Amino acid sequence: MTTDKTPVQEPHHSQHQKPLLPILDQPSTRRTILKTAGAALGLAAFGEALSPLLVIPENVSVDEFLQQHYKELSDDDKKKVFARLEAETKEQFGADVTITDARPIPGVRFGYAINVSKCNGNGKCMEACNKENNHHRGVDQSYIRVLEMTKGSMDMEHGSTTFDHTVPQEDKFYLPVQCQQCDNPPCVSACPIEATWKEDDGIVVVDYNWCIGCRYCEAACPYHARRFNWEPPEIPAEDVNPNQGYLSNRIRPQGAMEKCHFCLHRTREGRAPACQEACPTGARIFGDLNDPESDINYVLKNKRVFVLKEELGTKPSFFYFFD
Amino acid sequence: MMAGSRVLFVLLSLFAVGAGVTAAMQLGDDAQSSTTEQSADKPVSRPVPAAPIAGKFSVTIRKPSGPPRVVTTLKDVHGSSVTVACSTCHTTRPPNHQNKTVKTLDEFHSGMAFSHGTVSCLSCHNPNDYDSLQLADGSRVDFTDVITLCGQCHGPQMKDYEHGVHGGLNGYWDLTRGPQQKNNCVDCHNPHAPQFPKMQPTFKPKDRFLEKARSEH
Repeated sequence: MTTDKTPVQEPHHSQHQKPLLPILDQPSTRRTILKTAGAALGLAAFGEALSPLLVIPENVSVDEFLQQHYKELSDDDKKKVFARLEAETKEQFGADVTITDARPIPGVRFGYAINVSKCNGNGKCMEACNKENNHHRGVDQSYIRVLEMTKGSMDMEHGSTTFDHTVPQEDKFYLPVQCQQCDNPPCVSACPIEATWKEDDGIVVVDYNWCIGCRYCEAACPYHARRFNWEPPEIPAEDVNPNQGYLSNRIRPQGAMEKCHFCLHRTREGRAPACQEACPTGARIFGDLNDPESDINYVLKNKRVFVLKEELGTKPSFFYFFD
Repeated sequence: MMAGSRVLFVLLSLFAVGAGVTAAMQLGDDAQSSTTEQSADKPVSRPVPAAPIAGKFSVTIRKPSGPPRVVTTLKDVHGSSVTVACSTCHTTRPPNHQNKTVKTLDEFHSGMAFSHGTVSCLSCHNPNDYDSLQLADGSRVDFTDVITLCGQCHGPQMKDYEHGVHGGLNGYWDLTRGPQQKNNCVDCHNPHAPQFPKMQPTFKPKDRFLEKARSEH
């Protein structure tokens, strides 16, 4: 930044005094003029690129702009931040909501399993996710994507998400894919600003206010599990779910990345995730991996379980089985 | 008596004891062929509280409300259809053990769809009391306890069910924090044609790459 004044000097003046940069101590040939012009352009572009840092965007309050990373917030800070977010939600969406900060239950590590033999692709889980998690209604967003797959193939590239016929089809099976809450999450490594991290109960969360929307994590995720808010969310006031968590289903701003969080505002209070309750086929099994008597451990011990893209070493907490 | 067996079942399911499964797998047939398709009140969905375990909330299993009622063509003074119990006819008629397919059924039973293996009506329906069902050993079991009947043949499903891995659940995964509700077999499976019905997907997230652009982004 200390050099940004030098290129504006005319090169020929520098012939007789000691120049700041060697490039200035050269005859004014076409080459040096072009070089200098290039350097000046580069510096100007650099300055321009950094210029957003000097102003607070119109749609961001000073408090929001100065808000610290979630992990840096004291309990008092959180109170203020949650109160501000609740007020903003009231103002923008006309809904009275409560934002809480459910923390991991000590000793609990969540796991999820899907019985692929039972899933029939009806999509009730996607719908429940959309409603529970205050997704943008304009694009019917959901953290779950149900793939219609040809029997005998596990190639997700050829799975269809747009099927719109009676299910299940005889020659197809259905593979719901959402965040696998990896123990070795590539999305977390990819984030340049630590806006996403893995918590003690295994859930990978996002601080939506810290996220800069670079979408590196979306590119890094081999399960295509992350969603980006391309638009400001639209949700009718009466459809807003008022029970919200800061790291989970509060309404996300445009430009923030989001993902499945195992409904942590529910599951950390002991409740089942919304997609599990909504599943009419009973294909979804959720529970505590650390409890040997849990439903999920019954699956792991008694069913032939597999994970998606095991070869990538992501170590998912999300399992699939046929029975 | 009825509540007692329910309590027992839930205890079994919660403690994952194999005894219930063993009993369930004994042998016998499985089909709860009720008197007719047009039962007046659906025999499902009355939540019944189960046994609380010390320090834990209960698991409630939905139960049928009781024996089905048969809708007749008669109307009462209020204009509602008159319904009758199965035993209304069947106490005066001898049971027909030969009925195995819908083709041999008539009167109230005509037009019934049946697709449940090779069992006969009286594999499940009780010829001595048509307002109840019978197990493979001939012992009486109430419609409300139909799970016991189904479990006789469907042992693996029963075992999964007891571990929360079949039939889904609502409420709390952590029973130290709140109660749980589970479905009954007949909530999802029609006992006469138990294959899970086909469905039509109703919700589909929009795909940014397949839909017309919504904005200039």
